[in-house]
Amino acid sequence: MADDKKFNRRDFIQNSMRITLGLAVAGLGGLTLMRSTGRNYVWQIDPFKCTQCGRCATSCVMTPSAVKCVNAYDLCGYCDLCTGYFKNGVKDLNTGAENLVCPTSAINRKFIEEPYFQFDINEKLCIGCGKCVKGCTSFGNGSFILQIRHDRCKNCNECAIARLCPSDAIKRVPADKPYLIKGDFVKKDKS
Amino acid sequence: MRKYLTIILFLIAVTYSGLVTGQQRFPKPEFSTGYVTPSPTTPEPRANLLEYTDVVVLVIVLAIASWIAIRKRSRRAMLWLSVFSLIYFGFYREGCICSIGAIQNVTLTLFDPLYAISLTALLFFLIPLIFALFFGRTFCAAACPLGAIQDLLIITPFSTPVWIRKTLSFIPYIYLGLAVLYAATGTDFIICRYDPFVGFFRANASFNMFLIGACFLGLGLFFARPYCRIFCPYGALLNLMSRFSKWHLAITPAQCIQCKLCSTSCPFDAIEQPTEEVKSDEQEGVNLKRFIIFGLLIPVWIIAGGYIGSKSHVFLSKANPQVHLTELLIAHPELKNDVNNIDIQTFLTSGKSFEVQVKEAEVIRHKFYIGGWIFGGFIGFIIGMMLLNQSVFRRRKDYQPNKGDCYSCGRCLKYCPVKKDGTVAEID
Repeated sequence: MADDKKFNRRDFIQNSMRITLGLAVAGLGGLTLMRSTGRNYVWQIDPFKCTQCGRCATSCVMTPSAVKCVNAYDLCGYCDLCTGYFKNGVKDLNTGAENLVCPTSAINRKFIEEPYFQFDINEKLCIGCGKCVKGCTSFGNGSFILQIRHDRCKNCNECAIARLCPSDAIKRVPADKPYLIKGDFVKKDKS
Repeated sequence: MRKYLTIILFLIAVTYSGLVTGQQRFPKPEFSTGYVTPSPTTPEPRANLLEYTDVVVLVIVLAIASWIAIRKRSRRAMLWLSVFSLIYFGFYREGCICSIGAIQNVTLTLFDPLYAISLTALLFFLIPLIFALFFGRTFCAAACPLGAIQDLLIITPFSTPVWIRKTLSFIPYIYLGLAVLYAATGTDFIICRYDPFVGFFRANASFNMFLIGACFLGLGLFFARPYCRIFCPYGALLNLMSRFSKWHLAITPAQCIQCKLCSTSCPFDAIEQPTEEVKSDEQEGVNLKRFIIFGLLIPVWIIAGGYIGSKSHVFLSKANPQVHLTELLIAHPELKNDVNNIDIQTFLTSGKSFEVQVKEAEVIRHKFYIGGWIFGGFIGFIIGMMLLNQSVFRRRKDYQPNKGDCYSCGRCLKYCPVKKDGTVAEID
């Protein structure tokens, strides 16, 4: 008899605790659900905030980084003397490695017509150091921008670069609009 | 030299004109050759649909694992299911998304009005907890890739004394409390940052991460599933849920015959032996007294913990980058001249005034003060509850898994000679 009573008490505690915990989980879930969104988020760099500190190259969990330079062609001046391509104050304007900003020769310079050149980024070589971006933003149109490339990004729960970004330029953006490329901005500006 | 000078002059002129008119410095050229401007490529991220597929896979794995633990009772099936999860959630999904890290997303959603959790992360947080409430920690048995990678590398597990185990089982609550504190203040996601196995899943670990992961796996050869048992903050939640689970894996399918064959089968020391029935009235009185005293001590623990937590808020807040930078600038103003300090230089060029920066850092630090009270109070509560639990005598007649600690891995099942119909298998 006494035994039965004890086991009943144990069952009672078990059942009531289960209901309490169930309600707690449901409550927490409901509270969070109200604020949740069906959209998924990915990380992206706001090019207007980016200060090209160079940490994107070193802080990403990927080696080489998932951050690459992107040329927003709409914004590009197609300059012969591209300040993202040539080092500041080079003696001779030739494409010798000592004259180039990019440490990995990831920028291809292609002649279009006199005096314009198209600049393409070879993403296999680009390490996301942002040196060319700095050159272009400081002296040119700022068409070179750093962007997180989603074919390489692992979409970590917390971006390792975002934590170290000194200008808070890396933020979560909706996965259906995963890029913040400056060109669009300029287009809107013109219209 | 002349060329060099012209370039500079040209640049200055262009920069100046650009600043004045607000136009592009070098307007896009009008091409005469019919050149069409290419547009930058934008490789798409993983499709939303695939994210929901992960949730479906999680539910299916949990359902099968629960069925294996409670109905099928097969270690082999559980093992293969965990290998599948290791491959899918570990090596294919590369450790992200995971239920353990989702704790932080839930926390951040509740505290940061600018952040909204994605539905998949929320479901990854909730579903294993609900399953644990009904079927025990089947998530740990077969769905968690971090558990699976350790589980496969258990070679010769040694039994640990109960006092060591009880003490170590306290660490996950501290880790959970810290993870919530740092996520709530928007400082850091420490669970993801110190995830020891994600480097293996991605085959891309930094040396330190690789070393930590290798240490865990090496320790795991002898002390089974070390991360799960002494760190996993999600395990602390699952433990609580599983203690009150409606159904749970049972070692014996019918009536236990006290053969003791299973008593050393659990590498996690999660099997509890039958209690001895010698208990005098005097002993019962002592226990009751102890229970009441420990119960009354809980508020004391909470207040003491909260006090210590609030006192350490300055230390805890150092992990926040903004607080850290502000402190650094106050303590070492000469660092403003250090051109190599990226953080300070970026702050100086951002145009934000130092007063604003200090004010913001103070707001964050105040959050840590409140958070410190809550964190410390929580730890105090856990200490109090653990002691209270120690003073409760629970009568057990049979060999049973500790519902909180048991991962439902099913290793003990094959040791039990009792068959489902109650007959005992012949032992050679």
